[in-house]
Amino acid sequence: MEKIEQANQEAVRRMLEGDPVLVDVIPAAEAIPTLGEQTILHAGPPIEWARMCGPMRGAVTGIAVFEGWAPDLKTAGIMADSGEFSFHPNHHFDAVGPMTGMTTLSQPVLVVENRTFGNRAYCTINEGLGKVMRFGGNDEEVLNRLAWLRDDFGPAMGVALREMGGIPLKSLVARGLSMGDEMHQRNVACSGLTLRELAPVMARTAKDTTVLAKALAFIGGNDQFFLNIAMALGKSLMDPVRNIDGSSVVTAMSRNGTDFGIRVSGTGDTWFIAPVEMPEGLYFPGFTEADANPDMGDSTIIETIGLGGFAMGAAPAVAGFVGAGSASDAGNFTRTMGEITVGENPEWTIPAMDYLGVPVGIDIRLVVKTGLAPTINTGIAHREPGVGQVGAGVVRAPMACFEQSLVSFAESVGVA
Amino acid sequence: MSDVIMNEVRSRTYLDSVALMRLSRCIVDMADVVEAAVMMGTPSNKQIMADAGLLASEGQAAEAADLILGVRATTAKAAAAALAEINRLLDRPMGSRRAGETWRPKTIRAAVAALPDANFALISVPGDFATAEARNALHRGLHVMIFSDNVALEDELALKREARDLGLMVMGPDCGTAIINGVPLAFANKVPVGDIGIIGASGTGTQEISSLIGEGGRGISQAIGVGGRDLKEGIGGITTFMALDALDGDPETKHIVLISKPPSAAVVERIVERIGASTKTFTVCFIGLDELELPSNATFAPTLKSAAEAALGRAIDAGFDVEQHARPLGKGRRVRGLYSGGTLCAEAQVILRAAGQKVASNAPIPGVPGLNDENVDHIVIDLGADEYTRGKPHPMIDPTVRDEAILQAMSDPTVGIVLVDIVIGYGAHDDPAGHLVNSLPADRGNAPVVIASVTGTEDDPQQRSAQMKTLQRAGVIVAPSNADAVSLAVACLRASDKGENKCLP
Repeated sequence: MEKIEQANQEAVRRMLEGDPVLVDVIPAAEAIPTLGEQTILHAGPPIEWARMCGPMRGAVTGIAVFEGWAPDLKTAGIMADSGEFSFHPNHHFDAVGPMTGMTTLSQPVLVVENRTFGNRAYCTINEGLGKVMRFGGNDEEVLNRLAWLRDDFGPAMGVALREMGGIPLKSLVARGLSMGDEMHQRNVACSGLTLRELAPVMARTAKDTTVLAKALAFIGGNDQFFLNIAMALGKSLMDPVRNIDGSSVVTAMSRNGTDFGIRVSGTGDTWFIAPVEMPEGLYFPGFTEADANPDMGDSTIIETIGLGGFAMGAAPAVAGFVGAGSASDAGNFTRTMGEITVGENPEWTIPAMDYLGVPVGIDIRLVVKTGLAPTINTGIAHREPGVGQVGAGVVRAPMACFEQSLVSFAESVGVA
Repeated sequence: MSDVIMNEVRSRTYLDSVALMRLSRCIVDMADVVEAAVMMGTPSNKQIMADAGLLASEGQAAEAADLILGVRATTAKAAAAALAEINRLLDRPMGSRRAGETWRPKTIRAAVAALPDANFALISVPGDFATAEARNALHRGLHVMIFSDNVALEDELALKREARDLGLMVMGPDCGTAIINGVPLAFANKVPVGDIGIIGASGTGTQEISSLIGEGGRGISQAIGVGGRDLKEGIGGITTFMALDALDGDPETKHIVLISKPPSAAVVERIVERIGASTKTFTVCFIGLDELELPSNATFAPTLKSAAEAALGRAIDAGFDVEQHARPLGKGRRVRGLYSGGTLCAEAQVILRAAGQKVASNAPIPGVPGLNDENVDHIVIDLGADEYTRGKPHPMIDPTVRDEAILQAMSDPTVGIVLVDIVIGYGAHDDPAGHLVNSLPADRGNAPVVIASVTGTEDDPQQRSAQMKTLQRAGVIVAPSNADAVSLAVACLRASDKGENKCLP
């Protein structure tokens, strides 16, 4: 018991001492040198083509065309059927990706460096709303946008970040929390703050004002631009927490649209997997629950670090997405998540809750004991590839993941 | 037949998209409405509305800062009604008027984090889990009251020993009543704060004594419950002795009432010794025990009422003359006591036995036979005993369990008197007198006399006098205490034996 408590304190210490800085945007091939041709990184725990959900398949065929591995979507599908692509979770390559989470070698990735521990984490650039690859979109419009991100936007942002020496993210997130963001469903403030940091330097370093104008408009027009930065931030904070002997703290939660998986510090890199659940939420006009794809994406790294559903109290506007919730009840989500976490983050506080720190360090023992599964704020994808986002809501991490992990954890500390 | 699409635009009106999505969802549920959306008129939103078949020309002309109301319905009437409803919802004052739902911690850990100064935990979980939760609370420095029953004796002993080592008190298990610093806990009554302390191994005993003291014009400093087994050999009174030390050292407490079923002889000896070492005065009520030799600073009380009187230092309810209310019975001469309070049931046995009446009970006090003894005249039943409450709420919470027994007694020609208790206060049913009255047969004719008492105070949520009035209006004779109710029953039996020829009302 004492050993577990100490190990968990160490886990939280590492989380809180992390110093994440957005330092660069570079091609994935450069960030992840082992990433080869016809290799596709996806969201969630490992999954083979045959078990992938609709949007994930749509994204796979789209990215294969984008990378030039297949001449068209149909051929890409046939190639996938015959096993020509190699699939791996982003998490196995220091990366994370929202929704379908496609990461391939020519895509530009955001680089967040945890300066305390020296590790780096990567995430692709948020494409905006509407028809996008993270929701399984794969038509020409989607691929053209990816090409523009690769050829124009990524390099422009990368130059600026290198020029300015990076953007420290810890304080930026702290300010975002005080401005009503929880960094998963709502990134309005942080996206704006990021733009404020970037714009002057991008203007100075831009070679082409047309590219610059479009790039700035792209950031300014996307309320969720910061989401992918927050995800890389989350990954960079959690990686140093992995493999602490005796720690029952969750280091990753992730879903691939079919399975939900978690990793626990004391049990190393094992995924504990259960079927994903359906989000509950509000739908855009013309769509209903019947259109929804089950829960998907690596973005649950946000909740793993105490934001998203755990920081609901900071973002009352988001609490409305929960079926019966009201904005005035938002703090209850945060307090409830405090029941399953080891500590609080004294730097990431919620003014409306008398500066309560967000709850950090999900302890699988507390999850199983209380029966309270982590609350996750999420977007909802259409179940068919290519349609895009149809709503947003809240979903619970499946309890079975935590039960399995607890059994395995008990064995690891010799009490099974 | 094609759907009707209607748009309305509110220019220069901004509203949050989540609020608008929630509003739209209410509209979609209206009759004959196919789809509805209220969105700001940005190009991307207009595209979404167009894709959903919701954009008419008015909406198409809207600008980003305008609010578009769009509905599609099967009839023009339904579409117009939907737009009207959207307008109504938009014009309604925003924000809920109710206070936010209060957050309740699910674990002791979270409760302590939310209330770091807390020093007391009340545990009411199924018995199998109570020990673990109690230990958890103790290790966080909390005194513990365990309302749960079905806790193993060895667990009780272990918990009480651990607590004692930590300087903490474990009240219970099966501790139904306490008043700590003026706060009634579990089943307890709103009694004024005063200088009389109570240590009780019995819930309703503590309720009756504290209420009689309260109604008698005095108050309670602390009422500490110890649990029904604390004074048994197995536990040896660990909590009782800690409570004695606490109240002995408490400057606010001048007199101490100790109430329990008769403890084991060894424990009695140590208690007598402890009382003798104190400079305060004591009342001891070991219900079922007729007498006990005590040091000069202590008085023995055989009943709850006499214990309250000893604590008050005077007789109470002089206004109620038992003999005056006594009346001869019809043919039925048996007393049937139907109790929700266990100690009130025991007190009834004490008084009937002292009056030379042959009584049996499912919860017999020493010297009283169990229900299988047929050589008795009267039966008093504790309906809160396990055999009646398994899988059901306690009769103090839900008196339904008593209904059938009352009907049966009321139609039994050998029964002359039905004795009942009405226990009010926190935790109890919100109108037990009303429930009882409704369970009585409408036309009682020659049915038995019903005699009741109300345990509780004027300040209780159910209000004692209101409960008494309800009973009186229904022809129930209401005595000021359970002891008086039983004494009245005895007096009626005697009046009948004398053959006095008075008619029942």
